[in-house]
Amino acid sequence: MNVWIAVAVTAVGCYAVKLAGLLVPAGVLERPLVRRLAALLPVALLAALTAQQTFADGHTLVLDARAAGLGAAAVALVLRAPFLLVVAAAVVVTAGVRAMGG
Amino acid sequence: MGVAVGLSGFAFGVTSAGSGLTLLQTCALSLLVFTGASQFALVGALAAGGNPFTAAAGAFFLGVRNAFYGLRLSQLLALPRAVRPFAAQWVIDETTAVTLAQPTRRGARIGFTVTGASLYVLWNLTTFLGALGAKALGDTDAWGLDAAGPAVFLALLAPMLKTATERAVAALAVLLGLGLLPVLPAGVPVLAAALAAPAVLYLTGRRAARARDDGREQRARDGAQEARDARGARDVREEDR
Repeated sequence: MNVWIAVAVTAVGCYAVKLAGLLVPAGVLERPLVRRLAALLPVALLAALTAQQTFADGHTLVLDARAAGLGAAAVALVLRAPFLLVVAAAVVVTAGVRAMGG
Repeated sequence: MGVAVGLSGFAFGVTSAGSGLTLLQTCALSLLVFTGASQFALVGALAAGGNPFTAAAGAFFLGVRNAFYGLRLSQLLALPRAVRPFAAQWVIDETTAVTLAQPTRRGARIGFTVTGASLYVLWNLTTFLGALGAKALGDTDAWGLDAAGPAVFLALLAPMLKTATERAVAALAVLLGLGLLPVLPAGVPVLAAALAAPAVLYLTGRRAARARDDGREQRARDGAQEARDARGARDVREEDR
């Protein structure tokens, strides 16, 4: 039930912001501070989410195979690999390290 | 772009199923939410044992950027008001990128419609396949698929880190997100990490203001000096006379 609540709230919220962008007059969101904040908010959220999903196990911080996988993804990104290859590198390296008992 | 979206749709299906969501819940998310980062964030937060409202709040804040895409698109597409509620669901990163690249309004409308429709179908189809595939794979962690979520986030994040400001926000957010993890309920540390954005914006704003003030003082000092020099020169000229 909890999952359905989360699904419903997210669906309504995400649809509402998409529609708001198409409906509101341009002036409301065009203020420089609002624009800067809107551009930086995803940066903060994505950075925190990347770190948590790599190093968190419940409420504790751990260093496991996922860190190696993310490292591989980072290298792929620096080498300007396509999106597909970046995700594949993370998955393959994580699986490999686990298979070796890491 | 289709291949990348297809793969992330598949990865989402697998991740979502691995996080304990049912096939129906996973597909409902892709059909109703249809914005990838928010969906990944939601299932990640739920898997970590987050409360449904904090999980939804994190997903919602990630979706806020779509409002700004909509703003730019509405000027470009000039859609009739009656059509906008139907077009809204397709306002995402990829459709915005394609639409903004079109030189004419007609091209923009075609680009938006074609990209929106094909990605919507593809995203939902691959989500379904991913969720089904996760069941067939059994333990998704053994295949390293739990690393797909953070890798997708990192790939989305990397092109955003253009200046020192963005890097400072990302670094602070990582510190907050990991530092608060042991002490706050699941899902809340990510929301706290979002505060890195206004915090860094405030600090850079203050530094810019201080630099401006310093500049003004400097100019004022220079101005006074020039005035003194001018007076000195006049005195010299007067002495010559």
